[in-house]
Amino acid sequence: MKPTDTANPEYFHKVVDCQWGCPAHTDVPAYIRMIAQGQFSDAYMENRKSNVFPGILGRVCDRPCEPACRRGRVEDKPVAICRLKRVAADHRDDIRDRLPRPPAKNNGKRVALIGAGCASLTVANDLRPLGYDVTIFEALETTGGLMRTNIPQFRLPPKVLDEEIGYILDMGVDLKLNHPIESLKDLLDENYDAVFVGTGAPRGKNLEIPGRYDSDRIHIGIDWLESVAFEHVDSIGERVLIIGVGNTAMDCCRTSLRLGAIDVKVMARKPRGFFKASAWELEDAEEENVEILVNHSPKEFVIKKGKLVGMTFELMEYTIDENGRIDRGTVTGEKTIPCDDVVLAIGQDNAFPWIERDIGIEFDQWECPVVDETTMMCGRDGVFFGGDSAFGPKNIIWAVEHGHQAAISIHKYCQGEDIEDRLPMGLNLESQKMGMHEWSFSNDYDPASRRLMPHVDLKQRFKKLDIEVELGFTVEQTIEEVERCLNCDVQTVFTESLCIECDACVDICPVDCLTITMNGDEDDLRTRLSAPAENTEQALYVSGELPHTARVMVKDEDLCVHCSLCAERCPTGAWDMQKSTILVPYALDEAQIDPPKTATGGSSA
Amino acid sequence: MSYIAKPRITHPGLAKNALGLTSRDYEGAVSTLCAGCGHDSVTAAIIQAVFELDIEPHMLAKMSGIGCSSKTPAYFVSQSHGFNSVHGRMPSVTTGANAANRDLLYIGVSGDGDSLSIGVGQFVHAIRRNLNMCYVIENNGVYGLTKGQFSASADIGSMPKKGMPNQQEPIDPVSTALSLGATYIARSFSGDKEQLVPLLKGALLHSGFSLVDIISPCVTFNDHEGSTKSYAHTREHYNHVVDVDYIHPSEEIKASYEEGEAMPIHLHGGDSIILRKVDDSYDPTSRASAFKYLRERFNAGEITTGLLYANETRDEMHELMGNVDAPLSSLPLDELNPGKEELAKLQNRYR
Repeated sequence: MKPTDTANPEYFHKVVDCQWGCPAHTDVPAYIRMIAQGQFSDAYMENRKSNVFPGILGRVCDRPCEPACRRGRVEDKPVAICRLKRVAADHRDDIRDRLPRPPAKNNGKRVALIGAGCASLTVANDLRPLGYDVTIFEALETTGGLMRTNIPQFRLPPKVLDEEIGYILDMGVDLKLNHPIESLKDLLDENYDAVFVGTGAPRGKNLEIPGRYDSDRIHIGIDWLESVAFEHVDSIGERVLIIGVGNTAMDCCRTSLRLGAIDVKVMARKPRGFFKASAWELEDAEEENVEILVNHSPKEFVIKKGKLVGMTFELMEYTIDENGRIDRGTVTGEKTIPCDDVVLAIGQDNAFPWIERDIGIEFDQWECPVVDETTMMCGRDGVFFGGDSAFGPKNIIWAVEHGHQAAISIHKYCQGEDIEDRLPMGLNLESQKMGMHEWSFSNDYDPASRRLMPHVDLKQRFKKLDIEVELGFTVEQTIEEVERCLNCDVQTVFTESLCIECDACVDICPVDCLTITMNGDEDDLRTRLSAPAENTEQALYVSGELPHTARVMVKDEDLCVHCSLCAERCPTGAWDMQKSTILVPYALDEAQIDPPKTATGGSSA
Repeated sequence: MSYIAKPRITHPGLAKNALGLTSRDYEGAVSTLCAGCGHDSVTAAIIQAVFELDIEPHMLAKMSGIGCSSKTPAYFVSQSHGFNSVHGRMPSVTTGANAANRDLLYIGVSGDGDSLSIGVGQFVHAIRRNLNMCYVIENNGVYGLTKGQFSASADIGSMPKKGMPNQQEPIDPVSTALSLGATYIARSFSGDKEQLVPLLKGALLHSGFSLVDIISPCVTFNDHEGSTKSYAHTREHYNHVVDVDYIHPSEEIKASYEEGEAMPIHLHGGDSIILRKVDDSYDPTSRASAFKYLRERFNAGEITTGLLYANETRDEMHELMGNVDAPLSSLPLDELNPGKEELAKLQNRYR
């Protein structure tokens, strides 16, 4: 193999699995260390730099970082990253003086943002400090989009939403509530310098089976949740069936329990393991005694005398092949389950009835606009998309990242620059050595297991719709959990010219990830290492030829626990522990690049 | 030394031996030697060898004297027996232990100071007795623990970190052992585990005295330019003459070894080792030619390594003396202590 190019920021970025897994590249280990030191405000600001809504995301993020977490490979459970994010948000001081500031004067460019959800708000957050005159048009009477209408208050209190959205609006964003955009063409005629569409995927999928329109007790999940959020609905029947087993279904079943339902069943077409809901959302629902029935495929609604009395399902059987793929299934029988209400939570679609099809915006076969994945611009110059409205339903953290990227594009577009010519990511490496065997971070491996989130008592929590179930980590839990982080951003950096091939690092490594051997191609090398290197998604870090024997040092990045022992046992300092900071460019960096064209790592805080 | 212990976490794919143990189960305390010390690599090689030989930790006895080398038994197989004895007296203590319990596997770890200066008398007599043990010398040419004075194995002309070059003849443990009739003599290098681990495995299983002299650089006091026991010097002057492959009794000896090149040696327990000659002219079964070869290469400045002499035909100490087969502790008291009357009879024989 060729020596690993560690100058390419991507290499060390990828070693930080959580940060690599996060669409917004939040520097997770850095903020966890800040929490460990009690610097909650710093940790909050580190989060805010990339993900804008730490308090919100610390509760309801889809947390792609956690399945990616190295701890999950070394042991079985990842670090409770999302919970720690909430710790930073819960315990921060007043950080308002550290927020981006409104500009001294506007730059004369006007930007319209459609929808007041997380994508638009991120664009506003990034552009307003640069002097852009930002107007948000929102169809509803309040901000937050699906974060407020679809996530129940017992998971995400409105206070948290108001506070973090307020930070952005307070910069002087012109917010127009109850202002649906009925025609994009008309809006474009108002001569904004750029328009951003962040309207989400607001149409819940329907289930066209017999009886669907014969009762008013059959609800579309996201619409029903919105009605509950706006207090248009405050009760439901005793027996409720939720169709679908995604995260919206989990919110629907738990909301039903708070509106008077006693017997709530979630009806899944497929077996466990094929559910769309996140594992933790399933857990939380099942804790509340929601029953999940698998292999039930909806057939028809049973209506008697104009009243919904039940629903008939086909009982399914599936075959799962050795690759874990499931077939279409066969019907083995039928079953009718009595109920008073049915909530359909089987997915969402994009809907753009308000975008004319003759204004240069191309739509694909799923009625999604064709949007460039880097610039977020559609076929019509000056119109940008982000969040669920760009590529279909994803999640909040993706919407935030889309917002950051769209903000860069909008800035460059408004300044007459090439929106394709964007700042690359940068990388800083700093040694963490403090003394002979002292490091600036807690390098010892802590065998503690993942802490469990404490919940409000099962009897208490159903009393009101807005009792937040998760209490947040206690101090003791936080102290334990922060030590579980492996500090993957403190990289093992090797300098081959210093190596005397004494084997000290190879011998001390607790997870046998180091080998000194003759070079070869990757497939060959992977078979010749100290321990099997079977996870091909994780890189091999290969040095140049070592001075004495022309062999190479090979590190399998997969299971390194960043304990620093290789560097401690190295007599020549050939191994060093260096903190990698990935410098992620934001619109502010693009605005400040005159002349050295490097990112500052988002000094927007 | 490090402030943290080696974390107990392991690679999930770590191999297990016939006892269901991983190499991590054969570790000891964290080393307090200097970072980069060759001795730590020797420790790792010993761990690998005993792991691969499926040795039950409680059947191993680790013996040592005084010095950096003699600290190392603390760093491997913490669940075995051990005796850290007086400076240079490890061979005698091992002789006593072995006399009392011949069932244990004895590994003595010593250094060039412990074995070639203060303990040289003990060393040579252990060889003469053909004591059944694996005797490891971690040879670095200096007294590291007292800050780098030359030891008895320092070569003429070798430079210290500060001061004058060495003028005195070195004692070569390999030549010494050859002249005294040791039955398994090997030399290796801490930086070459591929060679060292099989040599140690053969040495542990050999019946009789096995010497493994290991160049193990002192990274603090003898790893500079002008040193003849540095990592760089050893690698530059490395002469690899005979390689060893260890063959487990359950494995068949493969026919792919070409005659003349490879030579099987059957060990007492049913295991075998295969010698693979890298230099055709070398004969590891002849003391005379081995001695000649070693001198020539030494004069040419080379460090000859590999299994340099092997002889499985000589009896070890217990066999020579006709001792009882079982460990003394397992004998019933009346057998062990026949009583006053028998003592009196014995004494009468000498009156």
